[in-house]
Amino acid sequence: MRARPVGPTAVLVEVGGPAEALALAAWVREQGVPVTDVVPAAETVLLDGTDPAAAVRVLAGWSPEAPPPAGALVEVPVVYDGEDLSFVAEHWGTSVEDAVERHGATTFVSAFCGFAPGFAYLAGLPDELAVPRLDSPRARVPAGSVALAGTWCGVYPTASPGGWRILGRTQVRLWDADRDPPALLAPGTRVRFVRA
Amino acid sequence: MSLHVLAAGHLTTVQDRGRPGYAHLGVPRAGALDRPAADLANRLVGNPQGAAVLEVTLGGLTVRADRDCWVAVTGADGPVGVDGVARGHARAERLPAGAVLEVGTPRRGVRSYVAVGGGIAVEPVLGSRSTDTLAWIGPPRVVDGAVLPVGEPAGGPVPHDTPRPPAAGPLRVHPGPRADWFAGDPLAAVCAATYSVDAASNRVGLRLDGPPLERARGGELASEGMVLGAVQVPPSGRPVVFLADHPVTGGYPVVAVVDAADLWRCAQLRPGDEVRFAPAGSGSGSAGTSSGATTRTSNS
Repeated sequence: MRARPVGPTAVLVEVGGPAEALALAAWVREQGVPVTDVVPAAETVLLDGTDPAAAVRVLAGWSPEAPPPAGALVEVPVVYDGEDLSFVAEHWGTSVEDAVERHGATTFVSAFCGFAPGFAYLAGLPDELAVPRLDSPRARVPAGSVALAGTWCGVYPTASPGGWRILGRTQVRLWDADRDPPALLAPGTRVRFVRA
Repeated sequence: MSLHVLAAGHLTTVQDRGRPGYAHLGVPRAGALDRPAADLANRLVGNPQGAAVLEVTLGGLTVRADRDCWVAVTGADGPVGVDGVARGHARAERLPAGAVLEVGTPRRGVRSYVAVGGGIAVEPVLGSRSTDTLAWIGPPRVVDGAVLPVGEPAGGPVPHDTPRPPAAGPLRVHPGPRADWFAGDPLAAVCAATYSVDAASNRVGLRLDGPPLERARGGELASEGMVLGAVQVPPSGRPVVFLADHPVTGGYPVVAVVDAADLWRCAQLRPGDEVRFAPAGSGSGSAGTSSGATTRTSNS
């Protein structure tokens, strides 16, 4: 763990990976550190709107071995008919049917949100199942598209440009400003994909 | 009562102090880009500080009130008129029922703020009435023909204005978290360079043109949380200062962070304006900096 200064009211903490970032973000909130935003990412946690020196003193009490808290489990029903499903199956060296099985057999964890409100980066695929992004992003990926990039899985909350490999689609509402929390897959949430 | 929008201009949005605290869900903070100007407009009409105002980009806004109310226009300094008669900038003005308020093209600066006694009372989203122009969270942008509800005035107008002094001098910067991604002393390089504001600047970021910063290392940074005022350097080497609608995470290294006290000036810089930076703590952003450089910023 290394803390890097980000101006007078923020600190960026480097950690070993997304699981550690998630654990640290949850721990910081539990400690009651006065902070406006706690933003976990792939290899960092940003504490924004805080006294960096005081935050660093609290961080000294954190143990990276602490497991991330087990979040709620959300099931996301998917129609597996995405344009890149056969590409992904081929890349994995297996059949479409088996690719769907593998995706559904994985318990993902929402590591962090970004890109768009409610867009969660879901960790859980092993390194050997990483898939490359499209060379050239699609101009429009429909809302609800379930897709892969690298070892990440994501579900597009709204239609947007995107370069991830689309496996299928869901009708689940990823983002609803009137819901608490508004993001269905807030960081820490566990996710299973099931056939619709 | 309501404000009836006859013409919305280039870009007019409802803004308050934004919705910090949702970055971990991918939600930008939004909020008035020139907060001191928005605060002044609210003070002038007797509103509480967090009341929602209209942020008008390069003028062009025309509205009609359906009841008597107090209004104040602050920020970028341009002509203000009520039913064709010139009125004051940065002071409370009475807008009678049926009268039309015009906010003209500013002579200096970019963004004007219109406060109405009682505040713009559109439905809040996640605790804020601000429109975020990156993900379009919050109320929709203000369009011709829109009818904006106005709240009950909390008090009367304040009879005096409190103009802020002209701001010249460089923008003050603090070291960023990824300065080590750049060759040499990148903060010194940023502070030695003269940049100009690129026309692609918006509420997301102030884009700067100038000598590119040289990377000391290749590879890509994993996306990480970004702060307001972060000076991010994409592969082009030309910095972008993140403003209120910035993405909550980003994958380019941040070399410096603009001091919060100078962010409002970023909101008022026009394409082509000259920008210089200086280390925070080396002098005030107004007068007396030793570099002799000036950043032309509209005062209001």
